[in-house]
Amino acid sequence: MKFAVVVFPGSNCDRDMYHAVKEVLQTEADLVWYANSNLENYDGILIPGGFSYGDYLRSGAVAATSDVMKQIKEQAAKGKPVLGVCNGFQILTEAGLLPGALMRNKELSFMCHQEELIVQNEITPFTSGYDKGEVVRFPIAHGEGNYYCDEETLAELKANNQIVFTYKNNLNGSIENIAGIINKEGNVLGMMPHPERAVEKLLGSDDGLRLFKSMVQNWRDTYAANA
Amino acid sequence: MRKVTVYITLKQGVLDPQGKAIQESLNSLGYNEIEDARVGKYIELKVEDGPNLEARVTEMCDKLLANPVIEDYRFDVEEAEGL
Repeated sequence: MKFAVVVFPGSNCDRDMYHAVKEVLQTEADLVWYANSNLENYDGILIPGGFSYGDYLRSGAVAATSDVMKQIKEQAAKGKPVLGVCNGFQILTEAGLLPGALMRNKELSFMCHQEELIVQNEITPFTSGYDKGEVVRFPIAHGEGNYYCDEETLAELKANNQIVFTYKNNLNGSIENIAGIINKEGNVLGMMPHPERAVEKLLGSDDGLRLFKSMVQNWRDTYAANA
Repeated sequence: MRKVTVYITLKQGVLDPQGKAIQESLNSLGYNEIEDARVGKYIELKVEDGPNLEARVTEMCDKLLANPVIEDYRFDVEEAEGL
């Protein structure tokens, strides 16, 4: 499986993401600069965290209008897995690939520490390596991770089992403690916590590694089924 | 040439923690008459005059300037004198 880690001006978790899949998981990956990119030959797309375009206007708003986003939409429509973490999640909501929006944390402060998450949906290509209800520890690092959507959207998210991760404690004001959601089709996941920073015990947690392992395993299963 | 002024505000019902902090600060300065504060954005656009100007600005607001999930917007169009 070959991953593209899409790099925007202002991305700053791209190296962590690349390290997680390339060096820790030992799978193929490229850092792909957003301009003049071609995502055609990648099997999975990772949108890392950071402050793309300096968070100007709204977090993720400017990146969402870039040409590479059109390509990400095309690849997502083909069923390829797309993971957006932190700013990547903000970009996916701004681009309309995921519903809702991410607003300023309720206490207005930037938060950077490990948090406990609950796996709410283990039947996705990203979470098949986890158990339902399992508590995992991922770092968070965000100032605008307060997930908001209207009641109608929330009801839809629940009905379609699109809420994948929730915070054990509501820290940022997110509706229903939402930390990560998936699209209806089940191949685009956005989450504020950082699985790519939880891939080695030495750094405090390796709970995030199973997320990337799940992606690879599901790709292999699909690939084998189509071969 | 026209000057378009876009005002973007958080939708009613969407919590505005910045506004809340401003309200509390004003209260602590003794301005106890302040019951609420809402923070928004103000954007000035210098636009070449043309047909469908208002429709195009509406489109710009929907596509980029505002996020319809959490924000409302309105805009004024005037002659761009002194811009």
